[in-house]
Amino acid sequence: MGISLNNINKSYKKLKAVHDITFDVKLGELFGLIGPDGAGKTTIFRILTTLLLPDEGEATVAGLDIVKDYKAIRNSVGYMPGRFSLYQDLTVEENLTFFATIFGTTIEENYDLIKDIYEQIEPFKDRRAGKLSGGMKQKLALSCALIHKPKVLFLDEPTTGVDPVSRKEFWEMLKRLQKRGITILVSTPYMDEAALCDRIALIQDGRILEIDTPAAIVKKFPKTIYNIGANNMYKLIQTLQGYEHTYSVFPFGEFVHYTDKREAFETQDLKHYLEKADLSEILIEPTQADIEDAFMELARK
Amino acid sequence: MKEENVIEAEDLTKAFGDFTAVNAISFEVKKGEIFGFLGANGAGKTTAMKMLIGISKPSSGKATVAGFDVYTQHQSIKKNIGYMSQRFALYDDLTVKENITFFGGIYGLSRARIREKRKQLVAELGLDEISDKLVGSLPLGWKQKLSFSVSLIHDPKIVFLDEPTGGVDPITRRQFWEMIYKAADQGTTIFVTTHYMDEAEYCDRVSIMVEGKIEALDTPKNLKQQYQVNSMNDVFLKLARTPSPTLPEGKGENTVIE
Repeated sequence: MGISLNNINKSYKKLKAVHDITFDVKLGELFGLIGPDGAGKTTIFRILTTLLLPDEGEATVAGLDIVKDYKAIRNSVGYMPGRFSLYQDLTVEENLTFFATIFGTTIEENYDLIKDIYEQIEPFKDRRAGKLSGGMKQKLALSCALIHKPKVLFLDEPTTGVDPVSRKEFWEMLKRLQKRGITILVSTPYMDEAALCDRIALIQDGRILEIDTPAAIVKKFPKTIYNIGANNMYKLIQTLQGYEHTYSVFPFGEFVHYTDKREAFETQDLKHYLEKADLSEILIEPTQADIEDAFMELARK
Repeated sequence: MKEENVIEAEDLTKAFGDFTAVNAISFEVKKGEIFGFLGANGAGKTTAMKMLIGISKPSSGKATVAGFDVYTQHQSIKKNIGYMSQRFALYDDLTVKENITFFGGIYGLSRARIREKRKQLVAELGLDEISDKLVGSLPLGWKQKLSFSVSLIHDPKIVFLDEPTGGVDPITRRQFWEMIYKAADQGTTIFVTTHYMDEAEYCDRVSIMVEGKIEALDTPKNLKQQYQVNSMNDVFLKLARTPSPTLPEGKGENTVIE
C-alpha cells in the first residue's frame, strides 16, 4: 500500500479540521483530493508528511507508521506544500543542491528523474528563486521534492492560480512521474483536474463525500441533467429557480445544468414555461454529469 | 444608452525598462457588459488592470475609465470604480457590519446611506445571524460574496474583479456568478479575470492576452466558432501558448483537461 489512513481526526482548538478520514492509495496510484479551501486537504498532507500529529487514528506511508517511523517517512517522501517554500535568496541551482545535500544525495545521482522538469528551468539556474515566474517556481519546487527519489510524492494544490496551459503541462509531468512508479497524492480545487487522477476523494468541511474513480463517481449521479440555453442567462436562471419542478439549477459554461424533481418529464412543458417568461433561443437537451455536478449533489446532502 | 462605453483603451502600453509588459492594447467595454479579461500567468493582465484602475501610469497610449482619463484623472477613476482583489481585503478582525461601515465611510457615503446599505447587504447576503461576527471567522465563500458586495457599496459604474473565485467550492462559485449577473443586469459593468474557463463562457465578451498583446476579443460563441473548438478552454489552449517547446515528450496526448 502506498498510503493508508484509518479514522484520522484532527481539531485546532474548537475547529474540527478533519473528521474520520479513511482511505488507501495503492502503490503507483495517482490519487486526487478534490475540494475547496477549508476542506481539510492541507491538514491531511501535514499529518501524512509527519509535520502534524492526528488527535485520533492511524496512518502509514510507504508501509511506515506516521508516529513511530516519522524519520524514515521523511526520507522516503517528497512534499510540495501549497505555499512556495524554497529559499527565495538562493539561486535555482543552489536550492536544488541544498535539498540534495540535506537528503544525503547529489543532483547527479538522481538526475534522470528530474531531467524532464529541470531542463526547462536550467537556463535560469543562476537566477534567485524569488525572481522566478510562477510556472518556473512550481517546476523548481517539484524538482526539489523529487531530488532524493521519493517513493511517495505529496503535492498540495500545485496548480492553484495557474493558467490552463501551465496546468496542462504540470499534469503531463505528473503522469510521467507516475510511470516511473512513484505513488502520488495531489490536491486541487479545480474539479476538471479530477478526471486526470486514477481515483479521487471528494472532500468538504473535513469530511469525505465519496471515494472512487472519476468515471464511477459521475456514473452514480442520480438524475438526468439537461443543458438549457436561452438569450438571457440571468433571466434564465431566475426563471428556472421559480419553476415548481426545479430540483437544481446551476450555470455551467454557456448553458445552465438543470435537473427536475420528477422521474420523467416532458421538456416541451418546460420550454413553454420559459417562453412565457419572454425567453427566446431556448435549447433543452440531455447532457452528461461531470465531477462538479457530482460534487454539488453530494455536498447538498 | 446601450452603446455607451465605460472603458476605452487605445494603444495602451506599459514598459518596465526594455520589457514591454503591455503592448499597445486597444479595446472598449460597454455599460452593463460582463467583460472577461483572460491570459496566461505573466501575459500582462495585472499590469493592464493596474493602469485601468488608476494606480499605475501608462508608458504611452490613451485610456478612459468611467469617462475619466487614466493619466490626469486617476482620483476620479478610483471614486467611480469598485475593485475586488484576488487576496481577501476586508478586515478579519472587524465584524461584518463594521467592515461595511468602514468601507462605506472610506467611499464618503453619508451615515444614513451607510445604514441603509448595511441593512440591504446583510439582508441580500442572508447574513442576519452573523452580522456581528468577526469576518475572519466566516467560510471563504461568504467572505468572497461579502467582499464583492462591499466593492459595490458606492454604486460604482465598473467593478474590477481579479480572480474572485479562486479556491471557492463549486456551489458558492455559481452563487457568486449569479451576483455578478445581477449587478450587470442593474447596469454595473463587470471587468473580471479568471482561470476557470467555464467562467469565461459566462462573459458577454472575452479578451485573451498573450505576451502583452490582445490576441483575441469577441463573444465566447464567436471565439469558439473562429477556432473551431467546443469550449473556451480549447480556445485558450490554442491561443495562449503552444505547449512548452522544451517539453521532451507527452505533448499532451495523455492529458485531457476538459
